[in-house]
Amino acid sequence: MGLKIIVLAKQVPDTRNVGKDAMKADGTVNRAALPAIFNPEDLNALEQALRLKDRYPDTEITILTMGPGRAADIIREGLYRGADKGFLLTDRAFAGSDTLATSYAISCAIKKIKDFDIIIAGRQAIDGDTAQVGPQVAEKLNLPQVTYAEEIISVNEGIVAEDDKYGVPHAKLAEELDLQIKGSIRVKRRLERGVELIETTFPCVLTVNASAPDCRPRNAKKVMKYKHAKTVTEIQEQSEDYINIIEDRPYLKIEEWSVNDIETDHKWLGLTGSPTKVKKIENVVFQAKESKRISSDELELEQLIVELIENHTIG
Amino acid sequence: MANFFTDNPDLKFHLTHPLMEKIVALKERNFADKDQFDYAPMDFEDAMDSYEKVLEIVGEICGDIVAPNAESVDQEGPKIVDNEVVYAKGTQENLGALVNAGLMGITLPRKYEGLNFPIVPYIMAADIVSRADAGFVNIWGLQDCAETINEFASEEQKQHYLPRISNGETAAMDLTEPDAGSDLQAVQLKATFNEEDGKWYLNGVKRFITNGDGHVSLVLARSEEGTSDGRGLSMFIYDRNNKAVIVRRIENKMGIKGSPTCELVFKNAPAELVGSRKMGLIKYVMALMNGARLGIGAQSVGVSESAYREALEYAKERAQFGKPIIQFPAVYEMLSTMKAKLDASRTMLYETSRMVDIYKTYMHISEERKLEPEERNEMKRYQKMADYFTPLLKGMSSEYSNQLAYDSLQIHGGSGFMKDYPIERIYRDARITSIYEGTTQLQVVAAIRGVTTGGYLDRIREYEAMDLRPELHGYRRILIGMTEEYVHAVKTVLEVKDNEYVDFHARRLVEMAGHIVMGYLLLLDTQRDDSFKTSTEIYITMGKAENASRAEFIHNFTLDQLGIYKHV
Repeated sequence: MGLKIIVLAKQVPDTRNVGKDAMKADGTVNRAALPAIFNPEDLNALEQALRLKDRYPDTEITILTMGPGRAADIIREGLYRGADKGFLLTDRAFAGSDTLATSYAISCAIKKIKDFDIIIAGRQAIDGDTAQVGPQVAEKLNLPQVTYAEEIISVNEGIVAEDDKYGVPHAKLAEELDLQIKGSIRVKRRLERGVELIETTFPCVLTVNASAPDCRPRNAKKVMKYKHAKTVTEIQEQSEDYINIIEDRPYLKIEEWSVNDIETDHKWLGLTGSPTKVKKIENVVFQAKESKRISSDELELEQLIVELIENHTIG
Repeated sequence: MANFFTDNPDLKFHLTHPLMEKIVALKERNFADKDQFDYAPMDFEDAMDSYEKVLEIVGEICGDIVAPNAESVDQEGPKIVDNEVVYAKGTQENLGALVNAGLMGITLPRKYEGLNFPIVPYIMAADIVSRADAGFVNIWGLQDCAETINEFASEEQKQHYLPRISNGETAAMDLTEPDAGSDLQAVQLKATFNEEDGKWYLNGVKRFITNGDGHVSLVLARSEEGTSDGRGLSMFIYDRNNKAVIVRRIENKMGIKGSPTCELVFKNAPAELVGSRKMGLIKYVMALMNGARLGIGAQSVGVSESAYREALEYAKERAQFGKPIIQFPAVYEMLSTMKAKLDASRTMLYETSRMVDIYKTYMHISEERKLEPEERNEMKRYQKMADYFTPLLKGMSSEYSNQLAYDSLQIHGGSGFMKDYPIERIYRDARITSIYEGTTQLQVVAAIRGVTTGGYLDRIREYEAMDLRPELHGYRRILIGMTEEYVHAVKTVLEVKDNEYVDFHARRLVEMAGHIVMGYLLLLDTQRDDSFKTSTEIYITMGKAENASRAEFIHNFTLDQLGIYKHV
């Protein structure tokens, strides 16, 4: 069995090691001060795809990312770890997209890729923390989705025989929901108070938690093989020699799609397609002046708990 | 989120030494592989960029995985389950990450699925891994054995074993026995040739074998019945898949506890002869040991790096008498001297690696085509220098790593004596570096030839003639003075014409040469990058005083005094 997997990945500012200059005076993120990295949970998602490829070596992994030209780094990072190819969705028309416009553009790109079995994304990106894009993509493509995924237990091709344990045979359900079914997949979800085993049909969308295994390191040979992989725009900036190499080695060409390469309705794109409007951003500075000392006796601890519940800090 | 390559700019400095252009061109045979392998470099810049990118992977794995695992690996250690070694959980994780990243056959040719890197970037990876966990580098670094297979084994053996190592199998070198430690001529493990099936079989015991249960082992054994010296020994490959060796015990060591040190019992273990009979010790072990000694040089430098970093961090944070202790002369002197010794041993590590790179690559080229006369001369010249520099490096950098670990623990004060800080592990790990692969005393035995034949002096004169900016000439004058003093001391010792007398002063003379060599190397580093100026000044000042005390000892000593040292 060879699966076709699309991994959705995003280049984000590294908000984990925030310095003093991380925010501009106007309260927006100072992207120049923060290194651009592969969104951490998208790496967990990539690892899940790579594990499927370990299990089924004929599997093909495609990285799909949307962002400015430099987001091609994300695709190279994916190739260094074992992905097979990538698409960079980049255009000024996508600028200012909120999660709705982003998921619309991405779903249009996926429709163009067309042939896929599983879409895997990180649960959320560390710049916005919305966790909306994965689920919205699933909705727009009319696909089942499993969020908070931690492990893919099994994948079975074809429609399983005893598939009507939910009262509705898969095939019938699929027809009702206008779903195409290629097989079934069993996934472990990590929830706040435990784990849940889910079985669904695929094609489907999974969003993966940080509790899933870390992504494997970059592979030395793959880094050396793919470090010259470039998008059309990047190729133009290269010297003659490298242009020839890329022509000789088609795997070094990263597909770059603009808004004209995919079928979209412009009103759903970019700022116009984004109903989210940022009203105000507040720069919160934690100060120790409000600190409060309590002793370790039961009564004071209880009072503190009551206070924290009352002001909704906990509970 | 630490990266042990990018957080240490000194590494990139040594990686980009001007001689690399020659090394890369030789190693890549003018980039002949580029049309055959998709990961081969197209030119010098491309190759250097690849080394850097791959070292970034090493740095990331070491910073994020190997270093954080070091403490638990030290506590858990390996164990024996059903006669086989099972690594600590952290060790398994470390190895898994490095194997997945394709960092096992770093120097092997691409046709054996290696990366075909020169020794310099490989040793740099070993330097980085050692900083993260000095015990773990032993398991990973035994890929050195593959170099020996690549040098001396048959094409069939190479094709069989080398790709396995490139893809993650580990190796071991089985030399030591209960009665054959420093004196390997006494090896007893018996190799018998069975006429019926045309195979060799091994019987006997090996002791203190690092990673003894590795997949592919190089075994030194007595193949010539009735012999008792080194000329009766041959080298064999034993494949673990034969399951004919029992791991009788794992030693309980003071340091590098994550590395399994095994006692092995060979019971009719089938093995393959490497190269020619009787050349085991004379030729192959010598090559194997030289490679391994360079590796211990890297391990020593990595340990020194971690000891220095721990001390620096602690000295900045720890306050006494109202200020951080780094502000007290007693402490800042220790720290800056530590840094000078670290920089000195690192620059000698890469100088030696470059020498090895050039002569070994010429050696491999000579198997493909006849070398031009000047190429042959160059090969011989670098081989000779590498043979002098390897024991000097191993001896001095391992002693320095112990001194750095000692001083770093001292700076930690009482806290350093507790198990709460990494320095107590680093201190224990450092201790072995001056013992195994030949004690410091044995390195001196190898290095003294460089003193008596004038080998070190020739190289020192070459350094002396190199271009320097005017403001650095003062340092050179000091080093020239030290050289005169050294020449005089050597002459004084040799004039006595007594071998035992030379042996008695050997360490003093070798260390004098070492101080001058490292002083020059630091000076040449400063010529390229001013950031080494501090270490240069501190090291030369220290080396000058150290050499003066050794010269003083030698000049005030007579052959008659030797006797009183025997009254023990």
